[in-house]
Amino acid sequence: MKNLDHLRQVMRRDQVWEFMLPKASRHQLDTHKGPILYLEGVSVSFDGFKALNNLNLYINDGELRCIIGANGAGKTTMMDVITGKTRPDSGTVFYGQTINLLRLSEPEIAELGIGRKFQKPTVFEFHNVFNNLELAMYMDKSLWPTLVARLSGEQRDRIDEVLQIVGLSEQRGQRAGSLSHGQKQWLEIGMLLMQSPRLLLVDEPVAGMTAQETERTAELLTSLAGSHSVVVVEHDMEFVRSIASTVTVLHEGSVLAEGSMAEVQSNPRVIEVYLGE
Amino acid sequence: MDKQSLLMRLFYNDRGGSLLLGLLGVAIVLVPLLNLAVPEASMLHLSTYTVTLLGKYLTYALLALALDLVWGYCGILSLGHGAFFALGGYAMGMYLMRQIGERGVYGNADLPDFMVFLNWQELPWYWLGFDMFWFAMLMVVLVPGALAFVFGWLAFRSRVTGVYLSIMTQALTFALLLAFFRNEMGFGGNNGLTDFKDILGFDLQSDATRAGLFVASALALALGYLLCRYIVDSKFGRVVVAIRDAESRARFIGYRVERFKLGVFVISAVLAGIAGALYVPQVGIINPGEFSPLNSIEMVIWVAVGGRGTLYGAVMGALIVNYGKTYLTGALPEVWLFALGALFVLVTLFLPRGIVGLLNRKRADA
Repeated sequence: MKNLDHLRQVMRRDQVWEFMLPKASRHQLDTHKGPILYLEGVSVSFDGFKALNNLNLYINDGELRCIIGANGAGKTTMMDVITGKTRPDSGTVFYGQTINLLRLSEPEIAELGIGRKFQKPTVFEFHNVFNNLELAMYMDKSLWPTLVARLSGEQRDRIDEVLQIVGLSEQRGQRAGSLSHGQKQWLEIGMLLMQSPRLLLVDEPVAGMTAQETERTAELLTSLAGSHSVVVVEHDMEFVRSIASTVTVLHEGSVLAEGSMAEVQSNPRVIEVYLGE
Repeated sequence: MDKQSLLMRLFYNDRGGSLLLGLLGVAIVLVPLLNLAVPEASMLHLSTYTVTLLGKYLTYALLALALDLVWGYCGILSLGHGAFFALGGYAMGMYLMRQIGERGVYGNADLPDFMVFLNWQELPWYWLGFDMFWFAMLMVVLVPGALAFVFGWLAFRSRVTGVYLSIMTQALTFALLLAFFRNEMGFGGNNGLTDFKDILGFDLQSDATRAGLFVASALALALGYLLCRYIVDSKFGRVVVAIRDAESRARFIGYRVERFKLGVFVISAVLAGIAGALYVPQVGIINPGEFSPLNSIEMVIWVAVGGRGTLYGAVMGALIVNYGKTYLTGALPEVWLFALGALFVLVTLFLPRGIVGLLNRKRADA
């Protein structure tokens, strides 16, 4: 019976075989129905532990979405699934209407315009700030073009612009390894911007930042929304309140509640989970 | 961009490299001159033995350079680079064997002596073509390159990294060692290939040929250095360093990490093969001993002593350690292995950036 189902899948008459489809490119991204990202029925388990349990999540184009949840709620696993690091056991992940992310590798997904910032700031410590941004820049990233690449004036201007945005113009020649923690966070956000992404996945952007730095980060992320879709995972409730229009609460690998911050906070199930333990 | 400005760009802040190329240039002119033109009685005369020794060191330096490219810049600690070196050497050795022709002990025009001795009737298929110099030179590049490609493709695609990869490279060279020991392989077994007579028609024993081989080695080292320097200085080089320091970050930015690693690994293997091909005519023998894991580990020590991730440091390390080896194995043969071990421990503990790191620190203090 199972084989028959497989056979039916292979012989479907309403679509061509997957390998005959053209290679996904970022121009193909189709968001006319609203959402830029669809996660449906996604489950991931590690040795029996269900990190994600039938997760359904939709992110609208241009939206700024905050995702909160206790440790182990599946936030990082969700990002791993979207960026191609982890393959789910079941479920579908689509980028726009047409692009199936589960078929693509990490670099291919990055090329499509999904940028990711890690929880722990990860920059290329040996390189200076300018080169970090140069490496992240959106361009042909295969072997030969990188070997003969020369920066054009436009590209230089773009790097300068991003340096301005993240406030690291003065540190441009400094080694990334010698930056402060907060500056590294910003540099990583800058690297994200250099990729010209459509969707940014930002994991705990204000961890270890001072109040002032946090405020600037909030400004930066809100200014990015609209032209980009931004998904922020964060523990800092104050920060979430200051930026979010919509908040999604994850609990044990699935969505517990979704809505504005006020709605979520008055949701009895959220209160139970957060205060009941 | 014209050539001049390309060179200027490459050496703009590479003082060590400029010095190295300068010295190589001087050596290319001076060494053959002192050997061939200066009469033997003179103080300044350089013996042919010394010329050959220096030539051998230069091939080691090229090998160290290749290793530094993968280890120092890409963070892949290969403990099997001796395999690529030896394969290049064997390809050259096969050409030299075919050049012996009827002058062998058994006087067989086609078969090398060891095949006659084993009662083989005809040349195995994989020896065909090696009587042509261009074909042998092609194989010097292709065989190590192809092995590195297949091995690297499998290893990097499976995301094997760190110690595990090092152990696999070690196993690779050990497996080849055992294979080449077998007489049935058709590479002269235990004894390897030796008793070479001439190369491209020039007598290998003559002083002029020796000097010519020295010049060829020096040129190969200089060109190899320029190639590595170009790679390291390009955006490609920065990507490779980025992969060394934060592999997953590089992947999420959109670089196909496996391909970059594979590219660097193959380039490095090819350089090692060329070094091997220049080494064999100068020492006059190639045998399976070159595949021994100990050799590959020694290469790592050269690079570590000189200072990895600088290119010229690797060259310096290879020259210094090998000079030390020649001296010590002559003066106090039983001490050498202990000295080598002690050197590695000392460098790891006190000079993590090698001699180059020490010099740079001195300069920064001053």
